[in-house]
Amino acid sequence: MAIWLNRETRLVVQGITGKEGKFHALGCRDYGTQVVAGVTPGKGGEVVEGIPVFDSVEQAKQATGANASMVFVPPPFAADAICEAAATGIELVVAITEGIPVGDMLRVKAFLRDFPKVRLIGPNCPGIITPGQAKIGIMPGHIHRPGRVGVVSRSGTLTYEAVWQLTGLGLGQSTCVGIGGDPVNGTSFLDVLQAFKADPETDAVILIGEIGGDAEETAAAWVRTSYDRPVVGFIAGRTAPPGRRMGHAGAIVSGGKGTAQAKIEAMREAGIHVCDSPADLGASVARALGKG
Amino acid sequence: MKIHEYQAKEILRRYGVGTPRGRVTESAAEARAICEELGGRCVVKAQIHAGGRGKGGGVKLAQSPDEAFAHAGKILGMQLVTHQTGPEGQKVRKVLIEEAAQIAKELYVAVTLDRAAGKPVVIASAAGGMDIEEVAAKDPAAIHREPFDPFLGLLPFQARRIARRLGLAGDTAGKAAKLVTSLALAYVETDSSLAEINPLMVTAGGDVLALDAKMNFDDNALFRHKDLVAMRDLAEENALEVEASRFNLNYIKLDGEIGCMVNGAGLAMATMDIIQLEGSSPANFLDVGGSASQEAVTNAFKILISDAAVRAVLINIFGGIARTDRIANGVVAALRELGGAEIPVVVRLEGTNVEEGRRILRESEFPFHVAETMADAAKRVVAAVRGGA
Repeated sequence: MAIWLNRETRLVVQGITGKEGKFHALGCRDYGTQVVAGVTPGKGGEVVEGIPVFDSVEQAKQATGANASMVFVPPPFAADAICEAAATGIELVVAITEGIPVGDMLRVKAFLRDFPKVRLIGPNCPGIITPGQAKIGIMPGHIHRPGRVGVVSRSGTLTYEAVWQLTGLGLGQSTCVGIGGDPVNGTSFLDVLQAFKADPETDAVILIGEIGGDAEETAAAWVRTSYDRPVVGFIAGRTAPPGRRMGHAGAIVSGGKGTAQAKIEAMREAGIHVCDSPADLGASVARALGKG
Repeated sequence: MKIHEYQAKEILRRYGVGTPRGRVTESAAEARAICEELGGRCVVKAQIHAGGRGKGGGVKLAQSPDEAFAHAGKILGMQLVTHQTGPEGQKVRKVLIEEAAQIAKELYVAVTLDRAAGKPVVIASAAGGMDIEEVAAKDPAAIHREPFDPFLGLLPFQARRIARRLGLAGDTAGKAAKLVTSLALAYVETDSSLAEINPLMVTAGGDVLALDAKMNFDDNALFRHKDLVAMRDLAEENALEVEASRFNLNYIKLDGEIGCMVNGAGLAMATMDIIQLEGSSPANFLDVGGSASQEAVTNAFKILISDAAVRAVLINIFGGIARTDRIANGVVAALRELGGAEIPVVVRLEGTNVEEGRRILRESEFPFHVAETMADAAKRVVAAVRGGA
């Protein structure tokens, strides 16, 4: 069953005429996603490898029935693109763009309060994939295989690492969601966990967090009271010095908050199996499912 | 991006925040002249980006222009060591000369992001001049938090409430409320990540002034703040980090011995962690970007090996969209361009076409240690540093 994304999803790619947007739009289509439209203001009427381009999301939706969007728009204009998709009734908006100002994301969050049905994933994320059905994002599709382990993560390549371990052990994935490395984002760990709970085809979850903020702690508190399937976790950044932003805008220990240690403790207290080494993620899931 | 105290005060004054009178200078002679202008008594404050300057000997009270000259002469050019600079310290190039104020009270006020709420928050405490993290740990009740809507700004009742929580009344409370409102506006309009006044001073005359000020900015928003970008002081940043930023590489210098080159920030942090788990320590954080192009790998390698503390290099790449064999060719080409490496290089590739990628590394003219897994790679690179490989 998976969450949020399946083979019926009809995708519009905002920023499809850019180099990255085009490359990954085609990557999604090659994987099996129905990529029905592209949007670039001022380039309506063009066609990118058979995909019609429109000036606005509104026109794209009317013409193609798109119900999901992938945002590849450059940072200064990305917040506007997200709001446009939401206001048009696109229910799943996946923002890949890295480098959107926090101030812009605060505007987006405020705007989205009027559109409670819209799910924004990201920004600064690899996207979402339901293996064997569809992907919206930049992840390599072929390392995944269909199965019953849900994956949620703040990072990109570290997620691929975990997925690759699972696939190598014969454990497929139901859906993998990259929520992104920014301090203000659309979808939290908790949102994804709640969706996995409602999915009868997700038997276990890998949660990959990192230093900064307290989203991992919030998720752990919920797991403790409300989720009884196995959760395996990892927190990146134990060795990161305080006050330094480790690549991701959100990955920073500041004011004594957001340390790896506090997150690991909160997760262990909630019964989450936290791996000390990222190399153990796959094997830990196998053990938790009695397949190790 | 960080800026100096004197620059933060410049910005805050534009928003109506009061500060002691003063000026920045790079010369002791000018420090004397400024002190005279200020009436003969002043404070000499080292301008470096790190905090804890007072404890490190970078802030001195001068009772006369001659004393200001003497203090400035000592502070300018010194390697100022604070808890935030590391043991090597930071060279002082500028001093701020300010009038010495009559302090009645020292308070704390700052604006930062409340990530969970998705809003900015004013943090205020009557315990000013101290390390606010210590105050928060010891006595959380002494800290008032006031989240506000960035588009409406800090509302008047919120500003009055903050002044009240700071223990102020009458005219002084009104002045403090106005200052906090200005600080909140400055935070929003400049795309700050932190705007902090510590201490916020109440003078003997009942005025409210920023005795110290610190502002950090959201790097992602600098494209719309050319005036702030002009305030960047490259001398305050690590030279290798500045060099890396020219190549769009995300590099942070750390104090360990193993140079790391990884694609992706999360995997880069995880690689640092696994090195520590194996008993050594990372010399840096370095994200070469998801696709790990040959150009990025070459530039990254140059930066890694120019750090004298690096005794071995670990390259950890997950090839997803970019195929592993192409990445392997990129690593080999990078080493050819650089004429090889004098220290051990452990490479761990995983992902698409990994067998071909590893073959390219093994059959190259360079003695790469080719690792199979992340754990194996960490073990090998630590063994190489220990002389066991």
